[in-house]
Amino acid sequence: MEAAWVALALSLKVAGWATLLDLLAGVAAGFALARLRFPGRELLDAVLTLPMVLPPTVLGYYLLVLVGRRGWLGSWLYDHLGIQLIFTWQGAVLAAAIVAFPLVTKSARAAFEAVDPQLERAGRVLGLGEWALFFRVTLPLAWRGVLAGVLLAFARALGEFGATLMVAGSIPGKTQTLSIAVYEAVQAGQDDTANVLVLVISVTCVMVLLGAGRLARPRAMA
Amino acid sequence: MHQDQWPAGSGRHPSAAQGRRAGRWTRQGLGIGVAMALALAAVAAQAADVTVSAAASLTNAFKALAPAFEASHPGTKVLLNFAASDALLAQVAKGAPVDVFAAADQDTMERAQQQHLLAPGTRHDFVANSLVLITPVDGGLLLKSLADLQQPAVKRVALGKPEGVPAGRYAKGALEAAGVWTAVAPKAVYAQNVRQALDYVARGEAEAGFVYGTDALVQKDKVRVLLTVPTDTPIRYPIALIQQGPNPAGAKAFIDFVMSPQGQAVLAGFGFSRP
Repeated sequence: MEAAWVALALSLKVAGWATLLDLLAGVAAGFALARLRFPGRELLDAVLTLPMVLPPTVLGYYLLVLVGRRGWLGSWLYDHLGIQLIFTWQGAVLAAAIVAFPLVTKSARAAFEAVDPQLERAGRVLGLGEWALFFRVTLPLAWRGVLAGVLLAFARALGEFGATLMVAGSIPGKTQTLSIAVYEAVQAGQDDTANVLVLVISVTCVMVLLGAGRLARPRAMA
Repeated sequence: MHQDQWPAGSGRHPSAAQGRRAGRWTRQGLGIGVAMALALAAVAAQAADVTVSAAASLTNAFKALAPAFEASHPGTKVLLNFAASDALLAQVAKGAPVDVFAAADQDTMERAQQQHLLAPGTRHDFVANSLVLITPVDGGLLLKSLADLQQPAVKRVALGKPEGVPAGRYAKGALEAAGVWTAVAPKAVYAQNVRQALDYVARGEAEAGFVYGTDALVQKDKVRVLLTVPTDTPIRYPIALIQQGPNPAGAKAFIDFVMSPQGQAVLAGFGFSRP
């Protein structure tokens, strides 16, 4: 039981950080795709959507080759900063963030595209700078769509398994998230542990979905 | 049937369009039906198939063994399923249609026997193996004993998780016997099976790791064997016929082949010794 709470806490920590990273990068990418005109825009969109389509094992392998100690990015990180991502919870965050990233980008792009350009023009006429315009007009108008994407990303990050297992391994209390703990328990034939774990993760997911539904409901509630 | 889908004045003759559509739907329906029937037929394993669940360390050896067996038993096909021994046992205990079970330790087979999964009198030890401590060839460390794993230069030690992987249990037992388990445990990186532990060391993610001697041979250009680790019980692999298996005759033939001089020669080629 103790182990289930440790795994839950770790899962929430990993999914939370991954979602925060996705929020920042996903909003920037979504905005760029919606507003900027540059060659290869649709190609970039397709590449950014890849993590949603590719099998998690393929992503895990890419990450292993890229940030592993022999990988070109991983060896640089290790030699210059002493950072090793493989087998760490930060590695799990990286895997979860990449897998969930398209959910934020896609929703954000659609939400930004739906913002009426007239309102932005009005803001400009009234003397707002580009940054103020984004944070006071565009983002508030697109916020509901962005938030829906962020919540989906959180749920996806919480359930991430394949890429995480390949990159972060399964170290109890360190990188063994709930979904991996379930797999371990079933593999070892420990059905009692598995029962507790799946119950915990199911209840958590229902709570996340209820929260998402509450946030996404029209403002008439307030 | 489709009338409401054709608004008046769409310029197409409704009855002709209907006929064409109906014909297309019938053909598609037939096609889907045939595909589903084929898929269902494929689900039911062929009577001549022998499903063999084997420990991960047997991967290369059994992949070579299967064609040799099929050549001497025409019409029989071997389906191989590799994983950590405990995971294989969990599958069989849940009713997986397995004919032959080959485990990497006696402990796992003992549990299978206690759960009455084995056909009586079919259990044999078929190979022996050794446990070795390995390091990457490229930038590896020079460790002379298990106690050297306590050195700060050793940051990560890869081994199978002891609760699910026989190689991990052997490694933990050896470290406990050497009195260094508590010092090494914080550095441990647990793998799902012995081949994953091998991969962690081969990629240089762990400075040292515990695998079988036969595993180290598979990646001998990437890992170096530092020492052969003494184990409290000799490492002998048992094989047995699963009672509920769909093809007992095929299972018996496969086990006989593994025990035969021809089968043993294939296994010896991969570094396994006689039990």
